[in-house]
Amino acid sequence: MAVTLAGLMAIDIVGELEFIWRILPELGKGLVTTLELTALALTAGLVLAVPTAVVRTYTRGPLNWLFTAYVEVFRGTPLLVQLFVVYYGLPEMGIVFDRFFSAWAALTLNSAAYQSEYIRGAIMSVSEGQLTAARSLGMRPLQAFRWVVLPQALRLALPAWSNEVAYMVKYVSVVYMIALPELFTRGAMIRSRTFKVWSPMISVAVIYLGVVIGITRVMDYVEKRLRIPGLESGHGGREY
Amino acid sequence: MDYFLRCLKFILPAAKVTLLLTVAALALGLVLGLLLAVARIYGRPPARSFAAIYSRVVRSLPTLVVLFLVYSFVTIVFGIRGVTTAVIALTACTAAYQSEIFRGAIQSLGTGQMAAARSLGMTKSVAVRSVIIPQALRLAIPSWSNEAAIVLKDSSLASAIGTTEIFRRAQQIGAANHDYLPAFLACGLIYFCLTFLTNRVLDYVQKRYRLKL
Repeated sequence: MAVTLAGLMAIDIVGELEFIWRILPELGKGLVTTLELTALALTAGLVLAVPTAVVRTYTRGPLNWLFTAYVEVFRGTPLLVQLFVVYYGLPEMGIVFDRFFSAWAALTLNSAAYQSEYIRGAIMSVSEGQLTAARSLGMRPLQAFRWVVLPQALRLALPAWSNEVAYMVKYVSVVYMIALPELFTRGAMIRSRTFKVWSPMISVAVIYLGVVIGITRVMDYVEKRLRIPGLESGHGGREY
Repeated sequence: MDYFLRCLKFILPAAKVTLLLTVAALALGLVLGLLLAVARIYGRPPARSFAAIYSRVVRSLPTLVVLFLVYSFVTIVFGIRGVTTAVIALTACTAAYQSEIFRGAIQSLGTGQMAAARSLGMTKSVAVRSVIIPQALRLAIPSWSNEAAIVLKDSSLASAIGTTEIFRRAQQIGAANHDYLPAFLACGLIYFCLTFLTNRVLDYVQKRYRLKL
């Protein structure tokens, strides 16, 4: 133990800081890729999640079963398996995507399954009377949903959704397993290239810490602005 | 189809490792998470800030970062190898998330319970042990079930630090035969069954022990 401690004390601090300064641009590029993937997967996920939630809330029969199966399968298996099915599995059926697109597709499908659950919960917590009222004003079902239920549901789903944002920033790192150079992958690549065990990973950790705390702050502000007074539903969603 | 069954047969024995990782990390994380939550709420300032900072930092990092850092730390400093490293790393992660779950549960109990226990002459630690924790545990079951499913799925990330659990086995047989799709589908099927089972068991536990406030 004493030997190890002595070893730790003997670290050349100035040299390490210089090293970190030199790898910073590379990590910065990785961070951009991480944020791109997060933003693309979250928005595409939301676009898929709304119809999924609608079908699961308002319809019965085969279509409902299909979407329920989709959500349960993607929530019941690891993202890693989904990613590998898309990146290594689908090419065997003649469907070939590049790394970035595979990662985006897997992250989107995964996130959409979770997001649809938050939205479904939110839709169900908007009272049915509102739909009836909208219909009695002469709105067609789709209009009533679009103009009365959905705006409220999206705002109710926001606390869970903002957890999903922070969650995705972190979970994008899983694409390390298909060697897509985002933030974590770049850190791990520098680690094995330079045989430096600590500085690259600790730098990566500090960057994630800053980014995730920053995003949490921003989402807290957005939540405060958009909440429906008197109807706060608490948090929920995938904890980050 | 024949190959799919061969994959299943090859991967299935490693389900033991996945389950070991999940159960060990969840159990150790439960103990540490409770300690962190109690320290956060009832502890003295240094313990309180340590618990808060630990939880904040770990929850802001991707699981892979924590896995890599903890893996390097325990192999270099303590010379630990094998599955144990993955258990320690996953525990470090889930302890932080579980501490938040228990903190929420304890706080939703309100301060009255503690005041009442203290007025009956219990010391603070007795009150925490025999009044607060039993209730908090039962209140925390729904969120805890979520966490259990997350740890089960995240145990696949242990393959990145060299643990041969089911995902790693799927990679191995897929690579050996240059045929990945059935391997990963078999692996996904096993995960799906495991999460399904875990959810059913925890639903039962929840029904049996739920505490309504």
